[in-house]
Amino acid sequence: MPSLKDLRNRIASVKATQKITKAMQMVAAAKLRRAQMQAEAARPYAERMAKVLGNVAAGVQIGPETPKLLSGTGKTDTHLLLVCTAERGLCGAFNSSIARLARDTANRLLAEGKTVKIVCVGRKGYDILRRTHGKLILELIELRSVKVLGFENAEEIGKKVLNLYAEGGFDVATLFYSRFRSVIQQIPTAQRLIPTEIPQVEEAGSGAIYEYEPSEQEILEKLLPRNVSVQIFSALLENGASEQGARMSAMDSATRNAGEMIKKQTLTYNRTRQAQITKELIEIISGAEAL
Amino acid sequence: MASFPFELVSPERIIFSGEVETVVIPASEGEMTLLADHAPMMTSLKTGFLVVGSGKGEERILVQGGFVDVGPKGATVLAERAMPVSEVTGDILAREISRAETEHETVEDPVLKAEAADTVAQLREAKARLGL
Repeated sequence: MPSLKDLRNRIASVKATQKITKAMQMVAAAKLRRAQMQAEAARPYAERMAKVLGNVAAGVQIGPETPKLLSGTGKTDTHLLLVCTAERGLCGAFNSSIARLARDTANRLLAEGKTVKIVCVGRKGYDILRRTHGKLILELIELRSVKVLGFENAEEIGKKVLNLYAEGGFDVATLFYSRFRSVIQQIPTAQRLIPTEIPQVEEAGSGAIYEYEPSEQEILEKLLPRNVSVQIFSALLENGASEQGARMSAMDSATRNAGEMIKKQTLTYNRTRQAQITKELIEIISGAEAL
Repeated sequence: MASFPFELVSPERIIFSGEVETVVIPASEGEMTLLADHAPMMTSLKTGFLVVGSGKGEERILVQGGFVDVGPKGATVLAERAMPVSEVTGDILAREISRAETEHETVEDPVLKAEAADTVAQLREAKARLGL
């Protein structure tokens, strides 16, 4: 039976925790708004890029002349998994669901006899994957020091991936991140990065004959690596919004749980206190009667 | 003068969007001016000033690399880096110049090296022209 003092202390500590989770929730809500705005601002560029790429690629025949980024290496032996997660925890199942998707994919590929290489962006995914697939991880790219995610960050990662591809380090690259649907729903997604998936052009009138300057080939060669960075950038932005959304809902339920715990313990505290008073009264009364 | 819809987007945001009459773009093969009803065209950009002219006057934007897509319905510029001249400061330019210089020194490929050298020259010129 805990004493009254113990109960009091426990309630105080749960209350302190509740204050922290409440504050974290509010911080996450503010950050979420910013992250969403950033993701929204970056969307037009990605959309236009996909359109332009679709237009250009539609007019190009796949042949030995086509850049490797579009046609692939002709093999699918070595896979690179680019796993983007958060730098911080306490955001529900956000990190673990991305890591689980990556791990399942890696296991499936390994079972098929392929070689798998992993590059982690974000500390948390690395921490989870290290336990099971530590030997496959090539590199950990940390973005902890980055306050506001800029295109440069994505470009840097893109460059590393492209260099590895140019060296023949892998045949297929897949990007893992979490798509932001709503505050309570984030969808872990795997997206093929290399060879480039050509977006379908739907727009009417896109059949117009384009003039290219310099040649179509050269433009395509410039567009494709750029597209890799753009995709990484939008994945990181989506991830940023998803992380804050996940943290917000995780902290919301933590706050609620703390509230319930406080209620329950306050009840126990009051009962214990009353029981003690009753006990003392009985002692006094029976003492008086005995006289 | 006839106008046409024009958009300038960088990876981080839309920098310009609206009806314009002329756009001067620093294309990789030389500067060119776009007018309304231009034939569909794709071209890449080098570092330089992009000048947007509308009825109200003109706006200059410093762009570094990217692509121009001129379609039947207007023009879109996808810039790698872009900044309205009013936001450019000496510090930013100095940082960009040093970045381009390090790229020039580290890159091995002769084509890319020439491109980086061009970027450095263009940025220096931009700096001189803005008097920063």
